Amino acid sequence: MSDSHAAAVHSPDHPPELRHHFMTMEQQQNTASLGMWLFLVTEVMFFGGMFCAYLIYRLKYFNDFAAASQSINVVWGALNTAVLLVSSWTMAMAVRCAQLGKQRLLIVFLIFTMFFGAVFLGVKAKEYHDKFVENHVPGASFEFHDKLLGHPDYVPNQGHTQMFFSIYFAMTGMHALHMVIGLGLMAYLVIAAGRGKFSTAYYTPVENIGLYWHFVDVVWIYLFPLLYLISRTKG
Amino acid sequence: MKSWLLTVDHKRIAILYMFSITFFFFIGGIYALLIRLELLTPAGDLVQADTYNRLFTGHGIVMVFFFLIPVVPAILGNFLVPLMIGAKDLAFPRINLMSWYLYIVAGVLLLHVIITGGVDTGWTFYTPYSTAFASPKVIEAGLAAFIMGFSSIFTGLNFIVTIHRMRAPGMTWSRLPLFIWAHYATSLVMILGTPVIAITLVLVVLERLFHLGIFDPKLGGDPLLFQHLFWFYSHPAVYIMILPSMGIISELIACFSRKRIFGFNFVALSSVAIAVLGFLVWAHHMFVAGMSVYAALIFSFLTFFIGVPSAIKVFNWTATMYKGSVTYETPMLYAFGFLGLFTVGGLTGLFLATLGVDIHVTDTYFVVAHFHYVMVGGVVMAYMGGLHFWWPKITGRMYPESMGKLAALIAFIGFNLTFFPQFILGYVGMPRRYYQYPPEFQVLNVLSTAGATILGVGYLFPMVYLLWSLRYGEVAGDNPWNAAGLEWKTSSPPPTFNFDVDPIVDFEAYNYDELKEIPVER
Repeated sequence: MSDSHAAAVHSPDHPPELRHHFMTMEQQQNTASLGMWLFLVTEVMFFGGMFCAYLIYRLKYFNDFAAASQSINVVWGALNTAVLLVSSWTMAMAVRCAQLGKQRLLIVFLIFTMFFGAVFLGVKAKEYHDKFVENHVPGASFEFHDKLLGHPDYVPNQGHTQMFFSIYFAMTGMHALHMVIGLGLMAYLVIAAGRGKFSTAYYTPVENIGLYWHFVDVVWIYLFPLLYLISRTKG
Repeated sequence: MKSWLLTVDHKRIAILYMFSITFFFFIGGIYALLIRLELLTPAGDLVQADTYNRLFTGHGIVMVFFFLIPVVPAILGNFLVPLMIGAKDLAFPRINLMSWYLYIVAGVLLLHVIITGGVDTGWTFYTPYSTAFASPKVIEAGLAAFIMGFSSIFTGLNFIVTIHRMRAPGMTWSRLPLFIWAHYATSLVMILGTPVIAITLVLVVLERLFHLGIFDPKLGGDPLLFQHLFWFYSHPAVYIMILPSMGIISELIACFSRKRIFGFNFVALSSVAIAVLGFLVWAHHMFVAGMSVYAALIFSFLTFFIGVPSAIKVFNWTATMYKGSVTYETPMLYAFGFLGLFTVGGLTGLFLATLGVDIHVTDTYFVVAHFHYVMVGGVVMAYMGGLHFWWPKITGRMYPESMGKLAALIAFIGFNLTFFPQFILGYVGMPRRYYQYPPEFQVLNVLSTAGATILGVGYLFPMVYLLWSLRYGEVAGDNPWNAAGLEWKTSSPPPTFNFDVDPIVDFEAYNYDELKEIPVER
């Protein structure tokens, strides 16, 4: 039981990227891909807990949630949605370039993706700042005086609106954290690609980090309507 | 030393886990010892309420998160899953090592909490006590459980991918040993359930650190939501604990009855059924916490229903022994212990699923006795059986058989003496989590404490002779039990890449009728 994994002997027909415990590159690729998909399943369950909390409190405190939701700036949210969708497209292009072995274009698209990711985080920071200035951040200094659209007489409950913002910050914050991690992963990809680590035979990390990035995008596709949009018209 | 700490060999990582999990088992055991000592007399003479609360919380957190959940998958599963399916390693060896490091980080964090005073929330971290009143140590303890959760998630993910992608040629799903089926089902629960407790604990921490009051009643937050999210993981977690143990029992009973498992397909699929149904019964922990009668009825029904696949297993194991050539080696004695104790634990679970009875015994020692019959009588018995069974494979040495039998007997007697009185105590009304009790409960409590002492001997004794056997034990050979299964077709201990020649599987699981040689009675 000596530990000689690192020193495993590679036969000439054994590509250097093929780790010792796999038979073929195809098996290795399929294995990594299944692992990533399963990881994304755990991520769905992870965010699921918060979506569950959102759903229950929204049903319970509908009017206060609507009023609080209307106070968020939908324009910034829509802009960010567009930015993120474009970044998903550049990511998809990066994966395609990796498949075709276009190493320079791969790096270009990865850098574009990182750029759009950074823009998203910048806009998010601006939105957080606005909420901070408006005293809409949960805690001792929280106050909420906005009115519910079409119901000027309704006085939103301070606790329940604070609950909305608790969920808003928890969900968008967790999403932003995932984006930061994604940017780190892409920085790694850029460096690895620059060193010529990838080829048409081996580009698994690009594909898997691509999957991760699309997942983060999909989470936002749910967050945007739930937090920004669906309470706009009706009070 | 360095070659061990940086190893990516699943067999070595299993042994790393064995050391660290055994260490936490003893920490949890010390807590249990202190609890039982305090309960020897009706008055609070050893500790007072505050300390006692910390004791049972520490016992629960250590035993649930750091012992019961990882014990079988991370030790025996890690060692055996690749061997049993004919793979060179798990699919992601480096992630496997990372899981162990996550376990260690979480463990160190928890030890820090323990040394600096501990927490007193109970292992369930119920809000609003944990978010608004308990000491800030809750944050650290919650983070420890959170990190431990990721260790568990990555282990489960690794197993599922390995079982899908790394099987040897000819190892079809219908030829997979039931140990593998059990670990597959366990892994499903690990990857689907654990993220939910992870986010729940994160929300508790966010509430304490940043006032994001998602469970805060002052903002209209609902503590019941916490309980639902908590049990959505923590009930399936009991299946993370018991399913791998059931896998062990299938292997033991087949080997020591010299027969193919009766109803192989039913036993295999009942593991999957338990994993799926396990997600639909969580609210039976909350019958008295406030829920509609209709919801309670449905959860009660589903809880009865999940008894069916467990019963299928027990009946099929029994049927396997019928007309088998049963022999009574140590692992088989543990398997017998499992069958009896798990059956008692399971059936009392049905008492608790009954809405009327549950109200009478909620939060009493009846519940404590019930889950210890399943967790200790089930999981630990099966783990000890499996450890003895595969000890020759892991170490290349046999343990001393007569001592093994004696230890199994001591543990069985000690266990029953500890926990059977607790059924009676609970039924006549002794609540759990109190450090004092009325004098009329003393006789049963003294019996329980006496039993715990015997049980402790039953666990310490194997420690001694297993370590002894490493040096002085008889050399085991490749297959001392003449058992079926791929893991016995390689040397003991196996080489780094498990098999000298890549195996090709052309036989069914448990083909004991084709193995002519009868094992020697040791």
